[in-house]
Amino acid sequence: MNFIKRNQSLNFVIFFFLFSLVVTIASELAMGLFSTSFVKVLGKTMMLCLAAIALDLVWGYCGILSLGHMAFFALGGYLIGMWLMYERTKEIVISAASEQLIPLTPEETKEAIGNQIFGVVGGSDIPIIWIFADSLIIHLLLIVIIPGLLALVFGWLAFRSRVTGVYLSILTQAMTLALSLYLFQNDSGLRGNNGLSGLQNIPGYGNLTQDVISVIFLWLSTFALCCGFYLASIITKSKLGNLLVGIRDDEARVRFLGYNVELYKLLIFVVTAIMAAIAGSLYYPQAGIVNPTELAPIASIYLAVWVSIGGRGKLIGAVLGAAFVSLISSFFTSGQIPNIDFWIININWVDWWLIILGLSFVSITLTTQNGLFGLIEKVKERVINK
Amino acid sequence: MKRFFIFVGVMLFASASVASDKDLREFIWTNKASFHKSSSKTISPVIDSLLKLNSGGTEKFLLRWLNKELWFRKSDGLVVTAKKLEKKSYKIFDVIDEQLIEVIDKKKIKQIKPNSGVRAIISSALVQFQLLNADPSIRSKTLDSIARKPDERFRVPLRKAIEIENNLKIKNRMIRLEKLLTVRFEKNISQRVEVIRSLKNDLGIDVRGVLNQIIRTALKAEKVIPDNINISQILEPEKGAIDQYDFLETNHSSTIDGSFTDLDAYLMLVKEEKAPEILTQKKLKDILTQQAEIGNIKREEAHSLDSYYKRNSVLNRLIENGKVEPVVSREDMKNIVAQYVFYEEYAESSREVTNAATETLNLINNRVSVFSFVDLILEGLSLASIYFLAAIGLAITFGVMRVINMAHGEFIMMGAYSGYVVQLFVTNYTLSIVIAIPVAFLVTFFAGIVMERLVIKKLYKRPLETLLATFGISIALQQLAKIVFGTQARPLTSPEWLDGALIFNEIISISWIRVAIFVLSIAFTIILIYVLNRTRFGLETRAVTQNPSMAASMGVNPDQINMFTFGLGSGIAGIAGVGIGLYAKVTSELGNDYIVQSFMTVVVGGVGSIWGTLAGATLIGFLQKLIEWFNPSNTLAAQTYMIIFIIIFIQFRPRGIVALRGRAAGD
Repeated sequence: MNFIKRNQSLNFVIFFFLFSLVVTIASELAMGLFSTSFVKVLGKTMMLCLAAIALDLVWGYCGILSLGHMAFFALGGYLIGMWLMYERTKEIVISAASEQLIPLTPEETKEAIGNQIFGVVGGSDIPIIWIFADSLIIHLLLIVIIPGLLALVFGWLAFRSRVTGVYLSILTQAMTLALSLYLFQNDSGLRGNNGLSGLQNIPGYGNLTQDVISVIFLWLSTFALCCGFYLASIITKSKLGNLLVGIRDDEARVRFLGYNVELYKLLIFVVTAIMAAIAGSLYYPQAGIVNPTELAPIASIYLAVWVSIGGRGKLIGAVLGAAFVSLISSFFTSGQIPNIDFWIININWVDWWLIILGLSFVSITLTTQNGLFGLIEKVKERVINK
Repeated sequence: MKRFFIFVGVMLFASASVASDKDLREFIWTNKASFHKSSSKTISPVIDSLLKLNSGGTEKFLLRWLNKELWFRKSDGLVVTAKKLEKKSYKIFDVIDEQLIEVIDKKKIKQIKPNSGVRAIISSALVQFQLLNADPSIRSKTLDSIARKPDERFRVPLRKAIEIENNLKIKNRMIRLEKLLTVRFEKNISQRVEVIRSLKNDLGIDVRGVLNQIIRTALKAEKVIPDNINISQILEPEKGAIDQYDFLETNHSSTIDGSFTDLDAYLMLVKEEKAPEILTQKKLKDILTQQAEIGNIKREEAHSLDSYYKRNSVLNRLIENGKVEPVVSREDMKNIVAQYVFYEEYAESSREVTNAATETLNLINNRVSVFSFVDLILEGLSLASIYFLAAIGLAITFGVMRVINMAHGEFIMMGAYSGYVVQLFVTNYTLSIVIAIPVAFLVTFFAGIVMERLVIKKLYKRPLETLLATFGISIALQQLAKIVFGTQARPLTSPEWLDGALIFNEIISISWIRVAIFVLSIAFTIILIYVLNRTRFGLETRAVTQNPSMAASMGVNPDQINMFTFGLGSGIAGIAGVGIGLYAKVTSELGNDYIVQSFMTVVVGGVGSIWGTLAGATLIGFLQKLIEWFNPSNTLAAQTYMIIFIIIFIQFRPRGIVALRGRAAGD
């Protein structure tokens, strides 16, 4: 009993394992209580939770409010999307050519794929960045390498020049904006504002139906979330974690104690960027499409909002906030709630939801520093004290 | 008085050579059949001789014909005009003197309906009359239509019109247009060259168009160059590309920009069907598919041909067996190319004309590039003032007070919408803008104060949370605007005196709205610097920012000062909104477009200084235009590079261009 109380991350893993099990049983594979799209929503939400954990590590623990983590998230989606789209198009091209007397050569296959993928942006050549698109393993590595490298270079530049606090937030926001503007171009090699689409199918497993794929990704997401949480809790409990909190509370003092503050900040920035990228690489196959709007600075701010509502500085809080707000958001904006006629105003929840979200966000920021999780803790304390 | 004399002159001039109405009537009578049913192919000579007749009634007649007001009597084919009397009877009149001829049954007459081709010919015939029309706007419109569809036949009427034109502006246009027509259609070469050279100071795009058309060349290949043609240059194909050409490649990207290789030459000959086609992968596949279909290749073998190498060896085998004609070899290709001379020939046959056109065009282009650089500077200035306007409010709330207000963009939006609402009530645009500026200021000033009291005041010690809280306000305000005003863009109409552009010449021009925004930015700079540096309020603001507790002990109320300073910054954002709304579309997302840029402007310029913001906006505005100049097609790329530049810039000057020193620098 005591063991269960203390070991938070084990509880977390058990909870999510049981949760996924229940969802699997309730899915269309078995009982059919949950629709396939709902299972996907749950899987996607878990990945948002993982991104929230990443942001909580870098913001809640280290005090760096990064408004660029959703950019890393989307970048992960792009990197897995390239492979998914390339291989899927290849399958289509080959099956279309199977009627011909003479089979396609590798060069011809490539040309046909290029036409298929880049026809919408008026091109047919496959850009150089797609050079590894036929290899899953390399792309899985790239999901780690590219966002990690970007975070490393950007973080090194930013921390080296001692940009801190809100300035750093604005700078990360600028990075996000630059990246999204770049991807919006048609000649970025990533299909401009069309983005990558058709990611919900797994190449090579064309016979799998979406309800099977949704459950597979649910379990993958669960696994990734649990690993992420475990890693994060190890970091926070270690000496490194203490150091990060120290940097958050008084950076100058930690520096005077002889620690290389920039190095630790850079380390946590890069690690969390990779976490966010992995989360994105599992999110977008469930969403089916990734485009540059996903990178817009506002997405990263939303992530910060979730963490803040859930309670930053607590890993569970971040997960709670992301899950709670994103689920309730999709509930309100799904149009399932009837509109209310209030005096002369017609309250349409799809429209008014954002106003409610914005204002509740302001009030939560004003009233409690620890968000929902802090609120729960307070209530718990009261109950126990009574 | 002058008009009168000219009128008399025209009348004299006209009556001297004018044929009588009688001749016109006779002409119409003899040519009646051509009028009844006309086609664009046959009507031209009729109209030409009609114009030669030069009768006073010709214009009216043509106009009526054009407007389908002419009828003809079926019994004898007399061309008349008709007026409906009752249901089925018409009055018909003489076409010239409009005398009533008779009342006639509708079945006995028929309307003349020229088709669109004929109408085009009629209206171009009418041009010579319209050029002499008393109404300057009609003359001006006629010039527009000539410019759109230049034709040799307008030259004579234009020259006549120039002689008697008294409106200087229209006269100049006529002279210019006449010159352009001369350049295009004049037969006398020395006159043409003279006119071409006289155009060297004209920067108009139409002049460049006409000159470019003269020096247009076509690439040709012949075994012997024909005599008497105007050659721009003879091209010597660069050798080697045929040797390097890889038949196994899918793409034939053999052409190197700016050079004419022997492969290019050969491909050109293929296009002109002067040489046999070369083997491409696509062709190879077609040949093999065809051979597989007729059974020369076995099915299993065909299925195994999944590489270019295999396909090639099968092709060679087929050629050896004589099943397929051999493909052209490299040596053959080179030999064929060697037989031809490749040259660029001018479409224009006179060498003097093309030389003059080339020289004049070079002169013009040199001037154009100088002027477009000046124009670039103006555009940079204009963009800088827009960025400055968007960022100026932030320079106070963020720069001076260090409050991260993510809702700053929404204050700009509120200002723009205030202007829109004012215009709903005040329809005089000049007056409404004059009213809108203080209204926008007051609305956003109070919104700012309310926000400061309710939210920001409680978060002065927690700047990161200010960022998030104000972001919450930002999304709520944006959505509220969307609900109230809808998603479509609302117009904020500028007064008439801001329409159009300040035009220096054909290249350098800037719209008056941008000039107004520039003036507004300058005004803001002066006012703000005065307020912050020369007034009691400014002194207290600076004191509170630097050290609130010390300021408080000196008798300043920091609470109040903070409130009013924030209100001031917000109010200025509101006025900026009116300015930006005039040039951009007013939507609920107006502020969103400017928020990141504005923060960048303040950070690059140097936090805490109005001069810094000015410098930041100037740097960003000019640099963005400069990047766009190198790559004009891509504004998005320019913005991307701009942001990357800013990130690097901050490495070298972390405190911005104008860095505060000492205590004023705060932290």
